[in-house]
Amino acid sequence: MPAFDVILIACILYATFLFAVAFAAERLAARGRARWLRGGAVYTLSLSIYCTAWTFYGAVGYAARSGLEFVTIYLGPTLVLIGWWGLLRKLVRVGRAQRITSVADLISSRFGKSNLLGGLVTLLAVFATTPYIALQLQSVTLSFAVFAAEDGMAPELDALGFWVAAGLAVFAVLFGTRRLDANERHDGIVAAIATEAIVKLVAFIAVGVFVVFIVAGGPTQTFAAIDASPIAAWELRPGRWAGLTFLAAAAFICLPRMFQVLVVENSDERHLAIASWAFPLYLFAMSAFTVPIAAVGLARLPADSNPDLYVLSLPLAENQDGLALLAFLGGFSSATSMVIVAAIALATMISNHVVMPIWLRSGPSGAFVSGDVRNVALSARRISIVGILGLGYLYFRLSGGGEALASIGLISFAGIAQVLPAMIGGLFWRGATRVGAAAGLTLGLAIWVWTLFLPSFAGGLPEIVMTEGPFGAGWLRPEALFGIAGIDPILHTLCWSLLLNTGALVLLSLVTFPSPIERLQGAAMVNVFRTGPGARGWQPTHVEAEDLLVMAQRILGPAEAQAVFRAEAMRQGKLGYLPNPSQEFLERLERELAGSVGGATAHAMLGQMTGGGAVSVEELMRVADETAQIMEYSARLETQSRELARTAAQLREANEKLTRLSVQKDAFLGQISHELRTPMTSIRSFSEILRDGGMGDADRARFAGVIHDEALRLTRLLDDLLDLSVLESGQVSLRMAEEQLGAILDRAIQACDGGGPVRIERRGALDTVLVTDGDRLAQVFINLVMNCRKYALVAEPHLRITARRDGEMVEIDFVDNGPGIPTGEQEMMFEKFARGGDSRAAGGAGLGLAICREIMTRLGGTISYLPGQGGAAFRLRVPRALGHLRAAE
Amino acid sequence: MSAPGDPPFLERRSYRRRRLSDAARALPIFGTVLFMLPVLWAAGPGGTTARSGLYLFGCWFVLIVIAAALSRPLTRIAEAARDDKDDAR
Repeated sequence: MPAFDVILIACILYATFLFAVAFAAERLAARGRARWLRGGAVYTLSLSIYCTAWTFYGAVGYAARSGLEFVTIYLGPTLVLIGWWGLLRKLVRVGRAQRITSVADLISSRFGKSNLLGGLVTLLAVFATTPYIALQLQSVTLSFAVFAAEDGMAPELDALGFWVAAGLAVFAVLFGTRRLDANERHDGIVAAIATEAIVKLVAFIAVGVFVVFIVAGGPTQTFAAIDASPIAAWELRPGRWAGLTFLAAAAFICLPRMFQVLVVENSDERHLAIASWAFPLYLFAMSAFTVPIAAVGLARLPADSNPDLYVLSLPLAENQDGLALLAFLGGFSSATSMVIVAAIALATMISNHVVMPIWLRSGPSGAFVSGDVRNVALSARRISIVGILGLGYLYFRLSGGGEALASIGLISFAGIAQVLPAMIGGLFWRGATRVGAAAGLTLGLAIWVWTLFLPSFAGGLPEIVMTEGPFGAGWLRPEALFGIAGIDPILHTLCWSLLLNTGALVLLSLVTFPSPIERLQGAAMVNVFRTGPGARGWQPTHVEAEDLLVMAQRILGPAEAQAVFRAEAMRQGKLGYLPNPSQEFLERLERELAGSVGGATAHAMLGQMTGGGAVSVEELMRVADETAQIMEYSARLETQSRELARTAAQLREANEKLTRLSVQKDAFLGQISHELRTPMTSIRSFSEILRDGGMGDADRARFAGVIHDEALRLTRLLDDLLDLSVLESGQVSLRMAEEQLGAILDRAIQACDGGGPVRIERRGALDTVLVTDGDRLAQVFINLVMNCRKYALVAEPHLRITARRDGEMVEIDFVDNGPGIPTGEQEMMFEKFARGGDSRAAGGAGLGLAICREIMTRLGGTISYLPGQGGAAFRLRVPRALGHLRAAE
Repeated sequence: MSAPGDPPFLERRSYRRRRLSDAARALPIFGTVLFMLPVLWAAGPGGTTARSGLYLFGCWFVLIVIAAALSRPLTRIAEAARDDKDDAR
């Protein structure tokens, strides 16, 4: 049995050790050498403040009274954490994007940076946390008392409670209010509570292992011992089982201290992924031995010993002094870490949502008053910490410290769970409004106070009210609202308060209209994964950057404020410390300030500086409805991409055309060179022979004849080419005249020596008078007659020319009795250099039909090949009067 | 190159991501059902504290293992999503 003073000394030494750890961590962090302090493991351990003295001592007592029901308190948080992807991730992202400082700040920021809501949540949190702090003080003093009683002493428990509270206040003030920015991690405190998390886990497991393996004799015997104990049969109450699991889950995210470690102190979202399994594992380890300890304690310890202290009294009864001391320190750790973080979280809320708004309003000109705002805020926090611990101590004195620990914890949980509807509604429903949230919170708080909080005091409500209702109104009896009696008190409160709370939130949100800033914030939080912190809240104003700097310095401190301003100035491309007070900058500044004094206060201060006009309708229209924006954006994208596709298609077409033209040009050049080269070659070789001399006259005359022929052929080719290029370029001038078709035809046939061997037969409307360029038309006819002469290589070549009037046009068909033109060549025959099968026989350059086509086009007519006429057949269509046709066009 | 008929690689990956986050959302629902099951038998003669305790802690442990298995891939998804958003801006 350790002496009482030994315990006292151990306790003081342990506290000193914690101070040392916190100091060391602060110093390491200041030197930037505390990366591991900001890792996932420390984050997970810091979540362990969920496991308070209630867990450490109370869970065993709970198990000794109600069997497995205690485990609901851990199953709830387990479900929340393994479901982190859905809820916690969003909560943490919002918290980081909006620089949220507390759960009150979250609700206040979401619903239009409302001070009313911030204050309401703060009030609720103070109400709900005070009993919890009292509970921790009680558990520490009770555990002291165990040793004192063994020692035969009767120490002043109240005085002890006071000193514990005072020590915790000093610790929290020292390490919790060094900096104003709640978003900055409290490295000292985090290190201390991580250490305490390890101490309590080790202590509890040590006691558990000792009980299971040494006292009970092994797992099998422990199993048997549980089966033989009074709690062997599990009387599960389904309502409580489900209700408490839900309550614990709700409290896990709503409790101010949990919100502090879970959201505010989170420095990296990846840590959440680690904690999602690591913290349930921690809870698992913390509760695995609870039932065995309870069962063994029930069997071995005297009936009058307090089950809430079995963790201590079992090792003491077995004379394991060291283990008892470890268990004591574990319990002490559980209590102190919770109190410290809860006090800091509450103090932040009080200073940001109660003190600062009042201070701002009371000052003559608000944010413009001189003086260091930081001092005001920090002093407010220090005083709040002391005040909260004072309240806790007061509650501890008033409640008499006799109740079972677990029930106080559940009362506290039920109170803070009232924040849940506003939080979930705010995070997932853009339609939730400030009025709805305020009404829901107020209603929930009222019901909780009336049905659970007041009745929890001895004499909190007069007996007559409990049994008859206030002023005889039986339907308002605290434990039987609306006349429905017989429900478990916790469930009774939970059901009615959350039902009415949620009902009021939904109903009033549906019928009220949110202010612009509410809608902005709602959109920013609900769509945090899509848009980031992009809500724009400030109009460009005439505020001087210097005024802003003065104010920011008073809140953030000179160095930090100057750094923020300088960074912004650089971003804007300016030198010095004074950026333009642009919208983006005001927003960023507001977020910086919000990290120190809370969203509502920061907003109010900037609002005062900038003349209050926070949100313009245009701004709202622009950003409030991202859905419309995104739709518009994607529609624009679609239009753009359609346009692009169209342009690309056009470009592709143009490119193909150019390529085709270039190929054509190349082919044309190639053919020209070829055509020129052949006569040139013979001219050159024959002129070489003539130059060398040594030949007879007859030979010389023959060679000169060849040269002359080839030169003629060249000239013809060049003439044709020239003709074609003139025709193609459209520079040809037509000499229009009236002339009979027959006359033109006569001239043409004359020009071809009457057709030579070809018998030409003419019929049809040859008397038609044409107004056209007769010479050009004759050129076409000559070409066709010459073609016939060249290609109709039969015994009796015969060409039939038939003219026919067709309205304003005249059709003239040239049909011979030759072999005709093979189908494959019909397509290409009007192209340049296209020649029928045997090119030698033709002796032309293959330009004839190409020239014909060009002439016919100029004359407003066409030339086409007429298949299926027995021989080669061409049909010309030419307008009877080109001028008329032109005029008609 | 992917084989014809195979969905493109990117498509497949984002499909996997979506299914993984479905799994992450379904896990707490699954866990709730598991934890609420004792209501069915606890009133009966078999519902002893020791046996029900084994069941509860067993389920609990399984959930922890699944959550641990999901945690790393989910972190990667979250980071990829954030990078995508940063790129888009």
